[in-house]
Amino acid sequence: MKARVTVTLKTGILDPQGKAIEGALKSLGVAGIASVRQGKVFDIELAGADPAQAEAALKDAADKLLANTVIENYNIEVRS
Amino acid sequence: MKSAILVFPGINRERDMARALQLASGSEPAMVWHADTELPKGTDLVVVPGGFSYGDYLRCGAIAARAPVMDAVRKFAGDGGLVLGVCNGFQILCESGLLPGVLMRNARLKFICHDVHLRVERSDTPFTRGYNAGQVIRVPVAHGEGNYEADEETLQRLEGDGRVLYRYCSASGEVSDAHNINGAAASIAGIVSERGNVLGMMPHPENHVEAIMGCTDGRGLFAGLVEHLAKAA
Repeated sequence: MKARVTVTLKTGILDPQGKAIEGALKSLGVAGIASVRQGKVFDIELAGADPAQAEAALKDAADKLLANTVIENYNIEVRS
Repeated sequence: MKSAILVFPGINRERDMARALQLASGSEPAMVWHADTELPKGTDLVVVPGGFSYGDYLRCGAIAARAPVMDAVRKFAGDGGLVLGVCNGFQILCESGLLPGVLMRNARLKFICHDVHLRVERSDTPFTRGYNAGQVIRVPVAHGEGNYEADEETLQRLEGDGRVLYRYCSASGEVSDAHNINGAAASIAGIVSERGNVLGMMPHPENHVEAIMGCTDGRGLFAGLVEHLAKAA
């Protein structure tokens, strides 16, 4: 079983890297970009086959390590 | 003063810290490996030094904060023991939950490596008693992620309880955006925990303790700790 955990900055948290990327896209002349926020993607392979167990393990992983919940949100997507 | 310096892979300021502590206290600090589960008996002060633990992978300090030795540090701090985290050490203390908030990328994205001025906000704490309140000291910084942020409620609590001990400022002690090198909330350079026994700071006082370094302004922090512990004993 495979899963993807996406970690993004919470709304309102300043994102200097996103701002720099936004600026670079504008200077490249890429049209129509209003704003950019950057984050992280974790592609995770799970050992078991039970989706509920997988979801619980991923939530544990995200809370304990993958995200700093002071500033970040995460989203878990299990793909069977 | 018996101090213990934590050593994680990728840390690189542990020997600077040991030298400063040795100078101030006259006794050699113990080096404690990250996989250890106990601190040396009789430890008075735990220091989490600067560097790039685990290559700053994932988030600065995130992996070190989950190392086995940190459970012992949490217990030590819970019992009122003194903990000092500098630079990466500050990041590790925030990630481990011993201090609130987080250190984000510097607002202007650049790695900053030069001397800065800090205003000592109060002198009645173990970490600042070697200084006078309002005193300006000059110490180096070297970081890419030192931009302290916390939610509004936490910031209000830090200010209200007098837990901001060091702030970036001008040579004359003026705190303003122009001297806020990394964009930190309220120019915060160093804060203490609710009980006041855990300090995290981005600048490196251990690098300004000997005449050959060009400045000895960092000495006060270590001398103050030695004095505090001598008095407590």
